Amino acid sequence: MNVFFITTSLLKIIGMIFVVILPMVSYAVYAERRVSALIQDRLGPNRVGPAGLFQPIADAAKFLFKEDFTPAQVNKFYYWLAPCLAMVPAITTIAVVPFGSTLLGVPMVIADINVGILYVFAISSLGVYGIVLAGWASNSKYPFLGGVRSSSQMISYELSLGLAVIPVFLLVGNLRLTNVVRYQIENGWMIAPFIGDWANLGKWLLAIPMITSFFVFTIAVFAETNRLPFDLPEAEQELAGGYHTEYSSMKFALFFLGEYAAMITGSAIIVTLFLGGWHLPLPSLHGGFHWLVVDGTAPGWRGVVGGLFNIATFFVKVAALLFMFMWVRWTLPRFRYDQLMRLGWLFFFEIALVNIFIVAGILAYFQF
Amino acid sequence: MAITVARPKRNWRERLYLPAIAAGMVITIKHFKNTIFGRTKVTMQYPEEKWDSSLPEHYRGAPALVRDTDGRVRCVACQLCEFICPPRAIKIIPGEIPSTDRFAKVEKYPEEFDIDMVRCIFCGMCEEVCPEQAIFLRKDYAITGFTREEMVHDKDKLLEIGGVMHGVVLKWNEKK
Amino acid sequence: MSERATAPPMFNVQIDGVWRQFPKGTRVIEACEQAGSYVPHYCYHKKLSSPGNCRMCLIEMGMPKLGPDRKPELGADGKPVINWMLRPQISCAQDIAEGMGVRTNSPLAKECQRGVMEFLLINHPLDCPICDQAGECLLQEFSVEYGTAESRFLENKVKKPKNVVLGPRVTLDDERCILCSRCIRFCQEIAKDDVLGFVDRGSHTVLTAHPGKRLENNYSLNTVDICPVGALTSSDFRFKMRVWFLKETKSICTSCATGCNTLIGTREDIIYRQTPRQNDAVNSCWMCDYGRLHFSYLESEKRLLEPRISSGEKLAAVNWKTAITQAALQLRQFSGWEIAVVASGRMTNEELWLTAQIARLLGVQFIDIVPRTGPSDDILLSADRNPNSNGARLLLQLASEPGAKLPALAEAAKSGQVKALVALGENPLAFGISTEQLAQLPAFIVMDILSNVATEHATVLLPASGFAEKRGSMINGKGRLQRLNRAVRPPGTARDDWEILRDLLQALGGGNAIYSIEDVFRQMSDAVPQFAGLSLSKIGDPGAHVMQLEESPPTEKPSDEAKIEEGASAQSQRRNEKST
Repeated sequence: MNVFFITTSLLKIIGMIFVVILPMVSYAVYAERRVSALIQDRLGPNRVGPAGLFQPIADAAKFLFKEDFTPAQVNKFYYWLAPCLAMVPAITTIAVVPFGSTLLGVPMVIADINVGILYVFAISSLGVYGIVLAGWASNSKYPFLGGVRSSSQMISYELSLGLAVIPVFLLVGNLRLTNVVRYQIENGWMIAPFIGDWANLGKWLLAIPMITSFFVFTIAVFAETNRLPFDLPEAEQELAGGYHTEYSSMKFALFFLGEYAAMITGSAIIVTLFLGGWHLPLPSLHGGFHWLVVDGTAPGWRGVVGGLFNIATFFVKVAALLFMFMWVRWTLPRFRYDQLMRLGWLFFFEIALVNIFIVAGILAYFQF
Repeated sequence: MAITVARPKRNWRERLYLPAIAAGMVITIKHFKNTIFGRTKVTMQYPEEKWDSSLPEHYRGAPALVRDTDGRVRCVACQLCEFICPPRAIKIIPGEIPSTDRFAKVEKYPEEFDIDMVRCIFCGMCEEVCPEQAIFLRKDYAITGFTREEMVHDKDKLLEIGGVMHGVVLKWNEKK
Repeated sequence: MSERATAPPMFNVQIDGVWRQFPKGTRVIEACEQAGSYVPHYCYHKKLSSPGNCRMCLIEMGMPKLGPDRKPELGADGKPVINWMLRPQISCAQDIAEGMGVRTNSPLAKECQRGVMEFLLINHPLDCPICDQAGECLLQEFSVEYGTAESRFLENKVKKPKNVVLGPRVTLDDERCILCSRCIRFCQEIAKDDVLGFVDRGSHTVLTAHPGKRLENNYSLNTVDICPVGALTSSDFRFKMRVWFLKETKSICTSCATGCNTLIGTREDIIYRQTPRQNDAVNSCWMCDYGRLHFSYLESEKRLLEPRISSGEKLAAVNWKTAITQAALQLRQFSGWEIAVVASGRMTNEELWLTAQIARLLGVQFIDIVPRTGPSDDILLSADRNPNSNGARLLLQLASEPGAKLPALAEAAKSGQVKALVALGENPLAFGISTEQLAQLPAFIVMDILSNVATEHATVLLPASGFAEKRGSMINGKGRLQRLNRAVRPPGTARDDWEILRDLLQALGGGNAIYSIEDVFRQMSDAVPQFAGLSLSKIGDPGAHVMQLEESPPTEKPSDEAKIEEGASAQSQRRNEKST
């Protein structure tokens, strides 16, 4: 390892977390409030700064100055540990996601490891510990129920989550996430393969199970991030807030931010796996119709612009998905718990499983 | 006895729920669109926009004491408002008008008249009960203060809010 | 007395269609009230003569129809047929008669009531918002119940004097007066001070004091009580508080040995007025101005607010526990003949009982109360100004007259024999002990409500409660046991006297199981034969006679009936004089 690699990695980590993810998390909260308001014919926070854009800063200041209250009956160590466990896995997962091509020759991914997707599942499933610990350590009825609900819900949907991505890797043949993006640049996005060999019937047939996979994976991410319609662990009406009932001040804020961080991470993975990652195909008629690949490999300022364009593309896609998360939240009511379990175990699990065999069959038949 | 609620039979399309979900998503995005383009306007931006001009005639704001056109404080400290006030916001200390005064005939006046606006619930019973047409609920609604003491309206403040009332019965001024 | 012994003959009277029996001599208005048919009235007062001048109590009346044989004709129901009179009659100046019929609710009676109400209100200023009577005004009440909502009177109302000072304690508003003459009759018949009268004629008739006279007798405020409207108002209570705010507590007056029954009107721990409460065995419907206005000292600046003990030169405020412990410690240093206890005739029986317990425990020889006397009248005011001298005689077992031991006590204090003095509600300077001697006493324990020169020299100062701030019982001059009730809370950390004495008794090592004042009374009723079988609640609001006094006060006071007769004869005499 050379100094250059360490420096650029540190820069990427710090830049990613403090310049991108954390502001994005706080502005996701702001966006959630504005979107929900607009959907409900209201206006939402629009007082702090222009159009209310400083609202997250004001909120952060408020959270910091609120009394950090620890109830007497809680298990202190785990009570304090739980918010950290809720926040950290969500942020750590982003390490393997390629959020751009290259910038000045540096690959825009923090850790381009060859077990990328396994790392994602390994880390993101730790997120449940934060919630379960919070529920248990609070030593209180509603948080406990929230924690129990959360653990079973997460375990149930992790299965669909894992099974839904197998077709992608069957096709790509590699667990490295940059390779998944690379494959999509060459052959078109997983759910819309418009690039490359147009005459290949197998490729078009393959899009159908891929779209299925995309839906199952997206819905499973909803469940994993405790978003409506699957927010049973923190159902306000039934559980008075669920696992974070006993939390206040910045500790509560960590749960809150952790949820949004998990949402961002989930969206980033969806984008990477199914929506072409940082890639945006631009049509070009120069010398006959073909798709132009813009990336950071071009020399000089063009490379810089291309690299930045890729990063922007990636985050625009993530933002669009986040909007969809919010749109769904303010449209659909919460599931009943038995419906949630039935959906997970009787439908998505089977669909994802059958989907794998369909993909495998197509791959075998068309000799990919 | 348990009651069995008859559930409607659904066909497979309905049981798929996807059309219904899509329809719901369309409805919400329409609201989103209409609000963002300003086609739906419900919220009033309070300090900039106010409804002062369109307040209804019967609006019940801050209670206040009024003077009549002769400049007399109409209250005679009968304490009926103090009695009727549901949250007991009113406190009156009556006094006797000296015989040399222009309105000595009225005999009684409020030496102190306090309304605790922290307690006041703007019910208007004081106005309704007043036999002298001396207390009225005015249209002031932004009653603020930094301390509880500030929120107690004393006689001067109440008279300032109340001002002069025209068209009330001048029962003490003419021959009975 | 033999006349009284035989029951008066009973008359059958039909009231609103129902036949009832009443003793001879009952006035029609009283019979109606007993029958449950209330007849509105202004000038009639049960303790005064009936002039019949307000006309409010008009009813329809009839006598039995007599047949040719001069016997009442009987109807189908076997009762006499009533011959109703065409004109309405006033019910207050009429006694019942055999076979009489009364209709209080007939259309004629109702029409009369409406008409009279309208007449009475013609010249009334309708200034209820500023009138002190509002809320307890018969004009308001009957106007709602028997009157009409509107007046047909278009002309100008008659102007009369307002804010007339009739005397030092009574203010008159002639415009409000409905000329019922209750106040005039009260002054003539009860107060025996004929100072009020009507002058001028017709609508211009006004009530006024006779030339050169003022309404300043000691019973003048009773005219304010009986005035059915707001014409006579108390200068002391004037514009202070509306009556509907007042919480009325049944208690007794403690300004003399008569113990007039009272209602104490309070709001938020402030006493605004005292009014008499009817008790025919004690004070009828009246009380004297002296006792009535004798309560403002409870709100004095000089009230003692916290227990104090002397430390060096000054008195330092301490908590109750310290003060009581200190008092017990100081008393235990001395033997019985070195301690003197000066109790008070203003203490309740319960407090006196606990005082006696303390004295017995310490073996105290010198124990007495301070007598308090003043001029008496033959109406209510007693020469003995201590409300509970009889209780002190009974419970402290005073062998001699109250105050007999005080000169000896003063002498003993001078000679230095008495080293500890316990003054309960009394000032030792009043019976010949000088301030120097007080300052030299090793132990001078004072329980009082107001500070004075003596309290400054106290070694332990215990703030107690005034008469309206505590419960308890007292025995009045005629041996009647009556109750005090708490109307307001004591100021500061001052406590009930009996609690202080109970704590002191316990700190000295005696007395237990006393948790409430009822417990004190229970102990007392077990030990004192006069109280046997009684409890605080069994005494009841009118009180109970417990002492048969050998030298019972002379019963030269005329009974109410005699007074009324006397007044009525005086009135008719005057009328005759006028007519001749």
